[in-house]
Amino acid sequence: MANKHDIFERHSWVLLIGILVMVAIGGLVEIVPLFYLKSTIEKVEGMRPYSPLELAGRNIYVREGCYNCHSQMIRPMRDEIERYGHYSLAAESMYDHPFQWASKRTGPDLARVGGKYSDDWQRDHLINPRAVVPTSIMPGYPFLAKNELDTNAIKAVVSTNRLVGVPYTDEQVEKAVADLKAQANPDDPGAAEVLKRYPKAVVRDFDGNAGKLTEMDALVAYLQVLGTLVDFKVYDDKANLR
Amino acid sequence: MANKEIDHITGVETTGHEWDGLKELNSPLPKWWLYLLYICIAWAVGYTIFYPAWPLATSYTKGILRTEDFPDGYSQRIEGQKAFNVGVAARAEKSKVLASASLKDIQSNPTLLEFARANGKAAFGDNCAPCHGSGATGGPGYPSLQDDDWLWGGSLDQIQFTLTHGIRSTSGETRVGDMPAFVKDGLLKKEEAELLADHVLSLSGGAAPADAAKAKQLFADNCASCHGDDAKGNQELGAPNLTDAIWLYGGKRANVVETINNGRKGVMPTWGGRLDPITIKSLAVYVHSLGGGK
Repeated sequence: MANKHDIFERHSWVLLIGILVMVAIGGLVEIVPLFYLKSTIEKVEGMRPYSPLELAGRNIYVREGCYNCHSQMIRPMRDEIERYGHYSLAAESMYDHPFQWASKRTGPDLARVGGKYSDDWQRDHLINPRAVVPTSIMPGYPFLAKNELDTNAIKAVVSTNRLVGVPYTDEQVEKAVADLKAQANPDDPGAAEVLKRYPKAVVRDFDGNAGKLTEMDALVAYLQVLGTLVDFKVYDDKANLR
Repeated sequence: MANKEIDHITGVETTGHEWDGLKELNSPLPKWWLYLLYICIAWAVGYTIFYPAWPLATSYTKGILRTEDFPDGYSQRIEGQKAFNVGVAARAEKSKVLASASLKDIQSNPTLLEFARANGKAAFGDNCAPCHGSGATGGPGYPSLQDDDWLWGGSLDQIQFTLTHGIRSTSGETRVGDMPAFVKDGLLKKEEAELLADHVLSLSGGAAPADAAKAKQLFADNCASCHGDDAKGNQELGAPNLTDAIWLYGGKRANVVETINNGRKGVMPTWGGRLDPITIKSLAVYVHSLGGGK
């Protein structure tokens, strides 16, 4: 028995295939079931794909690396539930590609930050965190309020998300640019349609600068929707405890 | 291997490999280490038997571990929720009293007051401090809660209502006040706004403007309906008192002109859906006790 590993030690290709087999078993057991087990994603009311403006904001969130310091994952532990609210559900990030759970909290968790602070605060804070939280060590992002939001790619972004499984309709893809612009402008005639296509979406001038569609509009729209979609009043906690 | 070769100096078997005359000893792993590895493997097998582990066709093995807390197998979610519930239960008795207590009841019951304040202070740090400051002293656009200058009223009930429904929030019962954008919307001319600003500043000790009569008339026509003829404000409408030296958006002339030009629409979120009623009441007691409560 002592020398059975001889064959692996003497033939690097055999070793390589052996490693691949071992890793594949791990993947088969740990990853594949998540794709077919129905219990992976809880049954919830209210989850919907991100609106184009929120999705654009999400891309800025990823671009600026917010996930390096902020998690979006409230763990089922007493201190976290006390501080942030109900623990995060898999269903709440089912339209996230890639998910933003992150693993490090230099700043607080953001899974339920939507609606917690006013747009004004989010804007003041993003421009200069020290203006509202004197001890903050977060960097400022003042350029977001100046940068015009690039709307050219949004249709492609929405359809790419559809490609990886987010159930956007043809109409949602087609109207992506119009919906994006309308959500940041309450006077836009298309604002009502945004609400129809994206229930619970908030139509507002998020950056406090009515004339201009900025990256700040998109990022604040995204932050304000985080954790607000699932209706926990009708959520069956017991059925999904596991 | 058929012919074992023993190294004469150490007395240990060699692997039989040879490199330029050097031979490698076949030193076995220390026994303690090896047994530890075996124990870990056995532990892992036991773990998959006791805890949820193996995926099946439509479900997964729940494990055979059954306790009072986990009647259907172990669950981190149940464990977390249980731990949370323990905290809620520890507060339950006092919470129940607090829920129906009036301000007088709370103030005359030191234990209850202490409980509400401690509860409120913790919630304040988590939820309110980002805007109002960790010391509740506020900042430009975010009112100080330390003073007795209240936009929407400083009684316990009023504070509780503001907390529950917010100001210009998404709640159906939100408090809504409207400071119009007088110049931007063409209600006043730019010079009139500046004259008004001077007048408003004179109410709290500033120099009176040259055309005081016109300024007074402008104030009566445009501002008095909300801020009152005496400019002392109206808490029904969230209209601030203009005769004191407390300025939410800054007391410089430019700040006041800016307010008249473009209006102000500060937002306080609704907390009714996020925090439970006990936490909100505790917060109201805490804020009320900061010094300005009525």
